[in-house]
Amino acid sequence: MNAIKKIKNSTNKFASNWAKIVIKNKWPVLMFSFLLVIGLGSQGELEFDGDYHVFFSESNPELEAFDALQEKYTKDDNVIMVLSPSNKDVFTKLNLTAIEDLTAQSWNTPYSSRVDAITNFQHTSAHGDDLYVDDLSYNSLNKSEAEINKIKEIALKEPMLVNRIVNEEGSVTAINITVRLPGEDSAKEVPEVTKYVRDMVSNFKSKYPHFDVHISGMVPLNTAFFEASMKDMGLTGIMILIVIITTFLLTRSIQSTLTTLVVVMFSIISTLGFVGLTGIKLTPPSSVFPTMVLTLAVADSIHIIITMLQKMRKDGLNKNEALIESMRLNFMPVFITSLTTVIGFLTMNFGDVPPFWDLGNITAFGMAMAFLFSTTTLPALMAILPIKVKSKIKENEPVYYFNWYSELARFVIKQPIKLSIISFLAIGFLTYLASKNTFNDEFINYFDESVEFRTDTDYISENLTGVYNVEYSIGSGESGGINNPNYLNKLNEFENWLKQQPEVVHVNAFSEVARRINKSMNGDDERFYKIPSTREEAAQYLLLYELSLPFGLDLNNQINVDKSETRVTVTVKNLDSPQMIEFSKRGEQWLRDNTPTEMHAIGVSPMLMFSKLGFRQADSMLKGNIIALILISLVLMIALRNFKLGMLSIIPNVAPVLIGFGIWALYKAQINTGMVIVFGMTLGIIVDDTVHFMSKFLRAKREYGYNANQAVEYAFETVGQALITTTVVLLAGFAVLSTSSFALNSYMARITVVIIISALIIDFILLPSLLILTNKEKKKVKKKYTSFFFFR
Amino acid sequence: MKNLIITMVTSIAITAMGIAQENKGLEIAKAAVQADLGFNSSMVNLKMLLTNSNGQISERALTIKTLELHEDGDKSLIVFESPRDVKGTSTLTYTHKIGSDDQWLYLPSIKRVKRISSNNKSGPFVGSEFAYEDLSSQEIEKYNYKFLEEKENLLIVEQDPVDPKSGYTRRIVTYNKDKGYRIEKIEFFDRKNMLLKTLNYTFYKLYKDKFWRANTLKMVNHQSKKETLLDFFDYNFDANLNEEDFTQNALKRN
Repeated sequence: MNAIKKIKNSTNKFASNWAKIVIKNKWPVLMFSFLLVIGLGSQGELEFDGDYHVFFSESNPELEAFDALQEKYTKDDNVIMVLSPSNKDVFTKLNLTAIEDLTAQSWNTPYSSRVDAITNFQHTSAHGDDLYVDDLSYNSLNKSEAEINKIKEIALKEPMLVNRIVNEEGSVTAINITVRLPGEDSAKEVPEVTKYVRDMVSNFKSKYPHFDVHISGMVPLNTAFFEASMKDMGLTGIMILIVIITTFLLTRSIQSTLTTLVVVMFSIISTLGFVGLTGIKLTPPSSVFPTMVLTLAVADSIHIIITMLQKMRKDGLNKNEALIESMRLNFMPVFITSLTTVIGFLTMNFGDVPPFWDLGNITAFGMAMAFLFSTTTLPALMAILPIKVKSKIKENEPVYYFNWYSELARFVIKQPIKLSIISFLAIGFLTYLASKNTFNDEFINYFDESVEFRTDTDYISENLTGVYNVEYSIGSGESGGINNPNYLNKLNEFENWLKQQPEVVHVNAFSEVARRINKSMNGDDERFYKIPSTREEAAQYLLLYELSLPFGLDLNNQINVDKSETRVTVTVKNLDSPQMIEFSKRGEQWLRDNTPTEMHAIGVSPMLMFSKLGFRQADSMLKGNIIALILISLVLMIALRNFKLGMLSIIPNVAPVLIGFGIWALYKAQINTGMVIVFGMTLGIIVDDTVHFMSKFLRAKREYGYNANQAVEYAFETVGQALITTTVVLLAGFAVLSTSSFALNSYMARITVVIIISALIIDFILLPSLLILTNKEKKKVKKKYTSFFFFR
Repeated sequence: MKNLIITMVTSIAITAMGIAQENKGLEIAKAAVQADLGFNSSMVNLKMLLTNSNGQISERALTIKTLELHEDGDKSLIVFESPRDVKGTSTLTYTHKIGSDDQWLYLPSIKRVKRISSNNKSGPFVGSEFAYEDLSSQEIEKYNYKFLEEKENLLIVEQDPVDPKSGYTRRIVTYNKDKGYRIEKIEFFDRKNMLLKTLNYTFYKLYKDKFWRANTLKMVNHQSKKETLLDFFDYNFDANLNEEDFTQNALKRN
């Protein structure tokens, strides 16, 4: 027992000396921290990256496969503008002219390489031995009624157009702009395209007001990511307001509120400096860091300030004495909770999703700074500011809380076995439910309905075409082999099989091009709408066709340079991640079962990349989570200097996450990549509750020689209030985040809210029950453990 | 009043300078045509190397015959030698100084000649980075000209295509005035006036003491990062080809 006292004394001594030094040098400390903040803050630079590629690490196999496919053909992104004329008929002179007009302007979109519209569709027709390949509608204003009807007839029968560029009824049409972003600076390129398209569309709408325009595609997705980042960054303002209100309500002191505000602002500004120095580009997940840092930093300050005020109000200490005493009592807990939080956030680096590495590292740095400022700037400022308390009036108030917490303590002490059993049953049941969650990373649903991108995209999938796709690059095994009829016929079978799948909206395959040219080469005879009979025919028809295509509408996006592979693009309905993965696998399986080896291919697409992201993140985070659990339990064991309690702490630390996901299964049952990180993250946060409770329990037993029941009651009375306070602050922060329109952030925040509440309940019900139960047996087993307590 | 005069004088001067620049550009283009006049006909073999951004390579081999005409544009006949499945496929083109060119294609697999509607000539030629319009005979009338600058022996001229269906807004052509106004480089700007491609002419050789021909043309697409290399070899200026060799019947014979 002497050893503990010694360490305890030495830490206490260290903490009070620290406080004394800070108070003595309050002005230099304040100046120094101010200079540090200015120095770091001057490096602050906020850059955003909206490119969806940021979600994938360089070694991500789905990204590699997708990049490989894009390099083989063309690397491009798109903007799709869906036009709905109010007369519900695309095929009128005026409407076609409007479409031609917008198509022409679309060619001027920055980085555009291709524009597909109904009017510039390259329609092939034969007149004797002449082959015509030309725009489906050109100079529409001068067309006769009959010509317009003919165009409508062709368009609504054209498999390349229906369900892709025009709907079956001919009431909605699309213009698809393909852009090839250089990828040097997506923070500049994406907004450039977006601005052009938005201006173009608003001009179009004022010129042709009877059109409704909806915009989607990969570039608008990037823009939506970009704007989500900015918007979530904007939550910081609300959070600052909440910090001010919460701190004021809890401390009822303007000076304390001001001091807390200074500490959290210092922490955030330094963190901004860290972002600038490391050159991290912010993405939606990492852009919530200010709110996170604020939330976690304010908890540190509040602990120190509340204890100080209590010491002044209750024990009648003068300001500096109270400050030193508060620092003495809180230095270690604040240090340990900061340490565990930092560990928790750093484990995000184990994951496979780079934006969360950034979030983890930035927040970890922010926490370190918050600790530094809470233990330097805060006491310095509190020492400088004049603070007066009316000790008499407040004296009775805490008694009320005491009663409430003692009540709860007695409730637990009465029935520890019953409460443990009920708790374990509930935890067991919710854990079972938690296993019912499935991963879903539909990136459209990352955005809630307040985001225009989401509603526009929903409109498009309801009225025209799918927004998700899967692509296969089908090889022929030889140079020029795509003209081999064997290959083409197999490809054609694949195309037909795909079209029969219930999920499929549209299939774009080279076999369709081969059939179409064959028909035209045979005088537009429908009987020849099939694969040419010899390789020479197919190759020569293709050569002829390619010579007839205009700028930007070539087949290079569909055929590789060697003419040995072609690209099959399957547009599908809105599927969730498991369905998407299953569909892509079904296609791969069909190829394996029905085609020669060289034609086997794996499905790739951005949607598939996102679909597998959750699984990949979960797999890679598993190791990180285990390491976090071990490290944090180790920190607890060392901090509490008790192996058994360290082991026991695993239960209240892990259970809230299980409960959280169990309740989530009742709420949404679908989890996204953003939620995978919550285990490590919340572990670092909720562990605070356990630390505080257990340390008070131990102190009661060691210092005052209480038995388990009395120690539990003591723990309730001393830290009950503090736990509620921290929980309230954390809940406020995460509640603010849960209003984000971006699901990776809002879902993460919502489940964190559930986890934090469960953590408090568990620490008030299950933890004390377990402490009572395990410490009753202690007398028998004590000897067994003694050898482990090397510091006893 | 004084200001008005100054304004008028300057604007006239600018306009005059503009016209002068246009004329000078046109003069250079004419000089280039003049320098190459009188080759009558030529035959050459060509190897095309296509490379995508991935480094994948594909090869095509062709033979090109050209017949020089003065009243109208040149006639040319291109025969594909490889890949095997298009061997013998050939195109015949009559370029016209004004209006669309005429183009026919012979397909040996069906032994038929097909006429191609050639409103579209801005698309890639057999999957390469060359558009058909880059390869066809460069007639003076197909562009508007603007002289840009002179750098030592190099003359730089901007050329704006007359055809609205062209894939380009302009080309910037570098002529070498010391070497019979041969072209050293062309930069192509797409419809939104962004640099799309650069074509470099290298390994020039002087034939018959008059005609400069580059043995290698390298086209780099800056946007797709794809490249196409043209290797010319066995130039023959003594084939003495005539109109008979550039008919639909001749097309079938190849």
